[in-house]
Amino acid sequence: MQQKARIQNVVIFIIMLALAVLFLSPIFIVLMNSFKGKFFISDAPFKLPDSTTFVKLENYTSGIEKTGFINAFGLSLFITVFSVGVIVLFTSMTAWYITRVKGKFTNTLYYVFVFSMIVPFQMVMFTMSKVANMTYIDNPIGIILIYLGFGSGLSVFLFSGFVKSIPLEIEEAVMIDGCNPVQSFFKVVLPILKPIAITVAILNVMWVWNDYLLPLLVIGSEWKTIPIAIQYLKGGYGSIDMGAMMAMLVLAIVPIVIFFLTCQKYIIEGVVAGAVKG
Amino acid sequence: MQRSIKKYFPLFALPTILAFTIAFVIPFILGVYLSFTEFTTVNNAKWVGFSNYIKAFSNKEFLDALWFTVKFTVVNVITINVLAFTFALLLTRGKKGTNVFRTIFFMPNLIGGIVLGYIWQLIINGVLYKFEATLTSDAKYGFWGLIVLMCWQLIGYMMIIYIAGIQNVSKDVIEAAKIDGCTRFGILRNVTIPLVMPSITICLFLSLSNSFKLFDQNLALTAGAPAKQTTMLALDIYNTFYGRVGYEGVGQAKAVVFFILVALIALIQLKMTRSKEVEN
Repeated sequence: MQQKARIQNVVIFIIMLALAVLFLSPIFIVLMNSFKGKFFISDAPFKLPDSTTFVKLENYTSGIEKTGFINAFGLSLFITVFSVGVIVLFTSMTAWYITRVKGKFTNTLYYVFVFSMIVPFQMVMFTMSKVANMTYIDNPIGIILIYLGFGSGLSVFLFSGFVKSIPLEIEEAVMIDGCNPVQSFFKVVLPILKPIAITVAILNVMWVWNDYLLPLLVIGSEWKTIPIAIQYLKGGYGSIDMGAMMAMLVLAIVPIVIFFLTCQKYIIEGVVAGAVKG
Repeated sequence: MQRSIKKYFPLFALPTILAFTIAFVIPFILGVYLSFTEFTTVNNAKWVGFSNYIKAFSNKEFLDALWFTVKFTVVNVITINVLAFTFALLLTRGKKGTNVFRTIFFMPNLIGGIVLGYIWQLIINGVLYKFEATLTSDAKYGFWGLIVLMCWQLIGYMMIIYIAGIQNVSKDVIEAAKIDGCTRFGILRNVTIPLVMPSITICLFLSLSNSFKLFDQNLALTAGAPAKQTTMLALDIYNTFYGRVGYEGVGQAKAVVFFILVALIALIQLKMTRSKEVEN
């Protein structure tokens, strides 16, 4: 019986190992091809670079130059960090407000936020980019406001669910002790909200960092984030510099892998919590 | 207490409400209005009634995209969930390296759609090269290519939700079923699956709405080629807006139809999750 269980464990382990190799191979293949000359990629993507095809870092230097990758990286980082920071701060405040102040207005507001969660981006993409253009927020700073607005539905919803579970007595006690609402929110409520704030932050980082269409339509004519820069490599008539493409894919994946490996625990928990509640 | 918080409305609620109004409320209302008009920019709209909707539904490209999207969604949802559930079962049975495997399977989920599209374009074209074909030489390659891509992206994510569900099933129940003489398969069918039903509902609808709304991956992998045969709804709407001058109204009408379809899916989801909650 024990023998049988051990054999079963080994078999499962081997299957999983094979699947893991299969799952990692696409990233490895892209990495390998990023060191090959651009004419040796499409024909034989599964061959390791050899003395004729190896080009050192040439793809990286030409790709970075062609796409302006350094700027794109900086812009993506700027937009992601500030948008997510603003979203977490303001939507947690709003969620607390509409949960604690009961009334027709806050109740309606809550349902409008929830409603916005099911509206696909295509429904508002054209009008949103026009409104952004008319209100002069079609720039890297203004887009933070747009991310706050379009991202507030899910974030307010997640925060509200959590605020409801905080006993009112805690806040009442703090206010009796002489704190005003601002102090009691930042000193007492916000620390309690930390677990859900991490979930909200991670879900929004994944969204904003990888978002392509929204920044393309709002600021894409002058500014390029990483996804826009990569799509830009596919020039007119569908011709692609495969060498530069491979190198840029690697550079786009590396920050994500580093981010994932450093906060893996939070990411997996956060994503599951977001899925279950959303 | 409520009254003292209320005074702080401008600080707590106003910034979000302002941003929400600019980025969502106005564009949404304007979008619904514009779907009944003919326009090239927002300022020159002319009321045309339902003619945009009639044009949208008599547009073969739109109907083709709708059919392609539905086909893709059905196949994708089934493939992803069957595989993710199997992965989760194996991982909860196995002992060694479970965490490492979980990490590896989950990682592709964080990579953005555009990057995913080009990674798989390289690999699939590399395989098809041996058969003297390319990703865009036949719509079926684009279809299955997109399925493979989405499996790679979503299996890890769904697997983790399934693992959480399976680990919640108490050992006692399974032990009891074993003593009563249940076979392995019997336990899976009669005990595990009914008890992880909430996870199954979540995963079904997450994969459903993800597949139905797919855009980035579609654009990067095939961009609809050959001859728009692999264009999904979201991409078709984009092409209508930005590909043909004078068709903005039709594009907006298509977008409204798209929104209604997505909303229907979401409402059914809500209803089913609610009814499951009562059972527990």
